[in-house]
Amino acid sequence: MSDSHPHADTGEALSAHVRAEIDHWLTKFPVDRKRSAVIAALHAVQHEKGHLPQASMDAVAGYLGIPPIQVYEVASFYSMFETRPCGRHHISVCTNISCMLCGGEDILAHLEKRLGIKVGESTADGRFYLKQEEECLAACNGAPMMMVNHVYFEHLTPAKVDQILDDHK
Amino acid sequence: MSEELVNIEVDGVPMQARRNAMVIQVTDASGVYIPRFCYHDKLSIAANCRMCLVEVEKAPKPMPACATPVAEGMKVFTKSPRAISAQKATMEFLLINHPLDCPICDQGGECELQDLALGFGRDVSRYSERKRVFKDENLGPLISTDMTRCIHCTRCVRFGQEIAGVPALGTIGRGEQTMISTFIEQSIDHELSANIIDLCPVGALNNKPYRYRARAWEMTQVPLVSPHDCVGTNLSAHVLRGRVMRIVPRANEAINESWIADRDRFSCEGFYSTDRAVKPMLKQGGAWREVDWETALEAAAKGLQQVVREAGPAQVGVLASPIASLEELALTAKIARGIGTNNLDHRLRRVDFRDQANDPVAPMLGCSIADIEQASSVLVVGSNLRKEVPLIAHRVRQGAVRRGANVSFINPRPYEVRFPVTANLTSNGLGMAQHLAAVLAASLTAQGKVRPSNLAAAVEGVTPSAQHEAVAAALAAGDLRVILLGALAQHHAAYSELRALAMALADATGARLGYLPEGGNGVGAALAGVLPHRAAGGRAVAAPGLNAVEMLGARLKAYVLVGGIESADLVPSSAIEASMRGADCVVAITPYASEEILANASVILPSAVFAETSGTWVNVEGRWQSVAGVSKPAGEARPAWKILRVLGNLLGLAGFEYVSSDEVRDELRHELDSYTDGVAITAAFAPGRLAAMDVTREVGIYGVDAIVRRSAPLQATVDGEMGAGGGAA
Repeated sequence: MSDSHPHADTGEALSAHVRAEIDHWLTKFPVDRKRSAVIAALHAVQHEKGHLPQASMDAVAGYLGIPPIQVYEVASFYSMFETRPCGRHHISVCTNISCMLCGGEDILAHLEKRLGIKVGESTADGRFYLKQEEECLAACNGAPMMMVNHVYFEHLTPAKVDQILDDHK
Repeated sequence: MSEELVNIEVDGVPMQARRNAMVIQVTDASGVYIPRFCYHDKLSIAANCRMCLVEVEKAPKPMPACATPVAEGMKVFTKSPRAISAQKATMEFLLINHPLDCPICDQGGECELQDLALGFGRDVSRYSERKRVFKDENLGPLISTDMTRCIHCTRCVRFGQEIAGVPALGTIGRGEQTMISTFIEQSIDHELSANIIDLCPVGALNNKPYRYRARAWEMTQVPLVSPHDCVGTNLSAHVLRGRVMRIVPRANEAINESWIADRDRFSCEGFYSTDRAVKPMLKQGGAWREVDWETALEAAAKGLQQVVREAGPAQVGVLASPIASLEELALTAKIARGIGTNNLDHRLRRVDFRDQANDPVAPMLGCSIADIEQASSVLVVGSNLRKEVPLIAHRVRQGAVRRGANVSFINPRPYEVRFPVTANLTSNGLGMAQHLAAVLAASLTAQGKVRPSNLAAAVEGVTPSAQHEAVAAALAAGDLRVILLGALAQHHAAYSELRALAMALADATGARLGYLPEGGNGVGAALAGVLPHRAAGGRAVAAPGLNAVEMLGARLKAYVLVGGIESADLVPSSAIEASMRGADCVVAITPYASEEILANASVILPSAVFAETSGTWVNVEGRWQSVAGVSKPAGEARPAWKILRVLGNLLGLAGFEYVSSDEVRDELRHELDSYTDGVAITAAFAPGRLAAMDVTREVGIYGVDAIVRRSAPLQATVDGEMGAGGGAA
């Protein structure tokens, strides 16, 4: 039985490590439900490449035997996935209600000024990516807060932010 | 599925429904209307538009009728205040982001959203914020997009996954930014792609060539039958002031369901091409002169009569296109035989006529088109099925995907299909005939049958592989098994061998042998006797004439070409030009006066295209479909059956007094009814050694006939750009 999809390219675009990671996740789902592993596969790729290049998404599609569009759908749906190149360090500033009341917007403005970019952009040196955060990051007790590479930094002040930036090379 | 029935009540009316049926299926069947956008009876259930919310007794909230299965004692209210208020609320949400651009939208007037907004929308929007806007997608030359109008019903997405098998469109992004997109810019390259135009309930996906050409309410709708392939697809033409503006599907469950191929939809773009023949023309002293009909017809008749008188009728060759109507084909045969020639053929691309005596009376499918979907096993021999007959490929795919049918191919090279196949037997050092012989050998061994004597040499020493055995096994079991001979087999230099082997395989396994003839009237042409060796109904003729290839190589003194025949319709040969240009008289009954036709012909009798004439097309099931024709022929063109009728009169032949095409058809039908002997099968064809090389010719999906070749949008597609001629395999 063969059922091929176009652009199916399982070749060099996926590293051995990523393939091993996907294989690990595939064991958790029924054999005919490989599509279930797509989120885990994209996490593995993004971890390695920093974002999800189209070639890698096509490779994931080929590896899982699903149409590429079904990978694009997932990648574009979740805010954790970046489909465009972005800086190494992902910064998400919470501006939801508690943080807003405690000065989250000032923190964001400081970051924009310091990095010279707007929300959604990356610095030219590829170091920082100021991510658009959609929702409350659930650390209201430490407001204002931000997340850098999935690590929480709380009770922020501009000086503290500068220190954090300096610590991320 | 269980046929168990349950009792339900819809709006107080008791009715019975199949258990597990959805409410909307039951109400649709009983004529109770529930508004909907995302539900479509040919697609899976998505339940994402929420327009079909109805009230169900004891349910705490309104339920989507498309995704709510019926249950015993269920009481559904489709028009209760609660249902109507839910539907109105849904409509208000759908309209929040929908632009108010109906006056410039091609969907205006035939828009499901517009229609339902009339019934369920508010007079004035309560939404005063900005509407979200999307950039349009470029999906190629056939489908225009206005993605801001999209309401995310996902019918197009499901069509790609379920019907086309090529999921190109998806739901990208989320929340307010959700959009239907290919994500990376790419055209949708599928032979059925444009059906998403009809599926789209709003104006997001529209017919690109038709854009801004007419308004739905100005046009009249007239039934047609597609002549481009053997399916006999039912079409509706939308006509404004005598011109076909566009073509849409006409639902016919038995044939095309609600789909049509892009080829059927956009061939109308070739109707009014710049080289359309609009006046009768006569070549005198090497220069073309426009003349009146009388002069042209008399010149044609005189030219033919002169050749018959001076060189004999055997110097006249008559070729008719299998896209012509049955009436045109019947009259063509009648004229040819009337002037005394059997040099008559419609098998324009066939090269191997050695075994033509064993051709069936008509090359038919062997079962109905709908049956193909039910077949347990299908072996396709020599066909790029998706490009050759898209709607039969669709049936085969549905059988494979939904019912797990075993589908196998024997082809000169592999073609992409979007379903699991049992075996794709291509080359690997073997020719198609050798693969077929190996399947036959495997089958004879498995069935314990003796090899037919005529095939002893062909099957001798053949060792089937596991794949050959798998195909043989698949063909041996099940209710309906079909072996189909496609165009790549029929164009094959070893067609006689392929057919003999296929017949033997059908005999050995009990499978049916079917044919996929070219053109919308391959069956009709055979029935009408447009053949050198047979008259109508398969009646043998005393002295068979020349076949198409022989005629074009023989440098005859006169040729008659019916149905816009050009060299792209013929077996490529350098002899064609010499034959045509050396002839004293070449009468071209053609909708087009291309440079090639102008160079070859001596008289051009401009004929109507299929949409402009009344006529009958006999599809591959043997189904006769007559249509009345829609629009005025372009310029002074006339329906070809009328041209042939007058030509018959001018040639002094008896029995050309028809006043309608129906009379021609009825006469042929009467003749067929009175002759039911079929053909006398002569000795079975005995192949010798089978070739490892396949010599055959593939014709591109958009190169099959003169009309399709002139459709600019089809030629601009990826398939069209790959060339009309296809390639030798």
